[in-house]
Amino acid sequence: MTSGFPEIWDTRAFGRALDSAFNGIVAEWGETLELIFLPVLRFISGLEHGLQFLPWWVVVMVFCLATWAAARRWQPVVAVAVLLILLGLLGIWNEAMATVALMLAATILSVLIGLPTGIAMARSDRFRRGMLPVLDIMQTMPIFVYLIPFVMLFGPGKIPALLATIVFAIPPVIRLTDLGVRQVDPEIVEASRAFGASSRQQLWTVEVPLAMPTIMAGVNQTTMMALSMVVIASMIGAGGLGYQVLQGIQRLEVSRGLIAGLGIVLLAIIFDRMAQSYGRRVQANLHREAK
Amino acid sequence: MMRPVKIRVESVSKVFGRDPKGALAKVNAGMDKASLLQETEHVLGLHQINLEIAAGETFVIMGLSGSGKSTLIRHFNRLIEPTGGRILYDGEDILGYDETRLRGFRRRKVAMVFQRFALLPHRTVIENVMYGLVLDGIAKAAAQERAEAQIALVGLSGFESSYPAQLSGGMQQRVGLARALATDAEVLLMDEAFSALDPLIRHDMQMQLKELQGRLGKTIVFITHDLDEALLLGDHIVILKDGTVRQVGTGADILRAPADDYVARFVRDVNRARILLCGAFADAGLIPAPGAPEIAAEATLEAAFGAFADGVESIAVRGADGQIAGALTPRKVMEALARA
Repeated sequence: MTSGFPEIWDTRAFGRALDSAFNGIVAEWGETLELIFLPVLRFISGLEHGLQFLPWWVVVMVFCLATWAAARRWQPVVAVAVLLILLGLLGIWNEAMATVALMLAATILSVLIGLPTGIAMARSDRFRRGMLPVLDIMQTMPIFVYLIPFVMLFGPGKIPALLATIVFAIPPVIRLTDLGVRQVDPEIVEASRAFGASSRQQLWTVEVPLAMPTIMAGVNQTTMMALSMVVIASMIGAGGLGYQVLQGIQRLEVSRGLIAGLGIVLLAIIFDRMAQSYGRRVQANLHREAK
Repeated sequence: MMRPVKIRVESVSKVFGRDPKGALAKVNAGMDKASLLQETEHVLGLHQINLEIAAGETFVIMGLSGSGKSTLIRHFNRLIEPTGGRILYDGEDILGYDETRLRGFRRRKVAMVFQRFALLPHRTVIENVMYGLVLDGIAKAAAQERAEAQIALVGLSGFESSYPAQLSGGMQQRVGLARALATDAEVLLMDEAFSALDPLIRHDMQMQLKELQGRLGKTIVFITHDLDEALLLGDHIVILKDGTVRQVGTGADILRAPADDYVARFVRDVNRARILLCGAFADAGLIPAPGAPEIAAEATLEAAFGAFADGVESIAVRGADGQIAGALTPRKVMEALARA
């Protein structure tokens, strides 16, 4: 090299060492990791097959019931039903159900991991200081950088797609859980301590319920981000709507890509409606005004 | 009337900062609050507080903001840990309690009412009142029954399933009071409990508290920055300034003999006629005229004004023992009021 930054150390050797170390991990641990994630794979496959096996109207009813439970209003229920039927009319029902399965699994796992992490961040400034840069990296690192190692570890398929989706989608639920718990009125937290709440009781009777609207905003964002990952995830064998988009691009079939893309948009609207109407109801409960 | 001591506070000090113990040693060696802050960046919250609170009395901690009163009341249930000193309930040092015993103590022995109510906004009135009982693991049906009784006691029957935001400030604080009463704690800590309410409602709440206290006989530690409220409610009053005790005594003691200039300035504008009692100013050497109106010794001077306005020369003051203790004259009343 004649220009640019002087080469002070041997970056190529460093890269080679890193590669061989990772290859070692793949050779050594690949099978074990696959075994560990087998239950997760079964869960997604079960969910997917279940959604595809059930008659379409049962699935629509399940979605409607879930929306009713979340919103307690009929408008969002009708909207969700209409949008789902539209998905069927577009002829992409099975693909959409595969995408829903992956997205639900990613969202559920993100919440299961993200909620405790966010709470821990809210309770410990030290842990928070450690976590913030990690979350920044997760959100800014280009997806392909970790997508490929995941594929090397697990082989193409649903598991690497799921893991990459989780890494990409989990930061909002963690950040907003931390924020929500920190924003809880300190006087109410103090009251719960004064009445002898243990730290677990304080968490479940005060902090989590009062942080719920903020946490739900995080879950909603996580869901949307998981959905936006489906096209990329389909490149490594996740199937579903993303795969249709990919095929449309590869075969230069504009219609296929457009219809599948429309399907993703419809799914996004459906889940956004469900999450938002739940969030709004929780919010209303916290600040009920005299009628 | 001597009542047993319920809470004894022994030389409690509190320093906020990185090295509270070290800073406290400096204060004990004679450093004052201002130079402690300037030289070591430590804040002296409380210094050498000694108090005795009798069972069944209302004990008012009085001071302006920054006097340390809110810090002090939080020591009574260890929401704040002292840097030095001891806090004894019925002779037992609560600072020795471990986590589990402290929780039990907070659940059953001491309850707290907060300035901004601190109700759980996502729970109904009855769920809020049940809160302490549920934390203690009491069965739901029993807790509900006790909560209903407390709600009735504070006059909120019919609002059980309302949410706090649907109630006015005064009603919300009644929920706060019911929540504190529901655990059946012997000690009630009230942190500026009525300060956030409008004057009229505040007065209603003060009267309701006095009336409840007459029936329940709790030991109440009440914080306020309002001297009228302190004099109205307190059997004893402690005046705090800059984290130290300036004077402890009954309201009448403090009015009659302020310990220092600060206290004197404090009490100057108070309505003495509402605080001073007829018994203390009755002239024992004077025999009231036959047919003169009568007044109880524990009535305030203000209560006597009406009779004087009607033109009577003297009022017979009847003591707690049922005997006429003497006569109260307009001149005596004027003397009592003029001392301000």
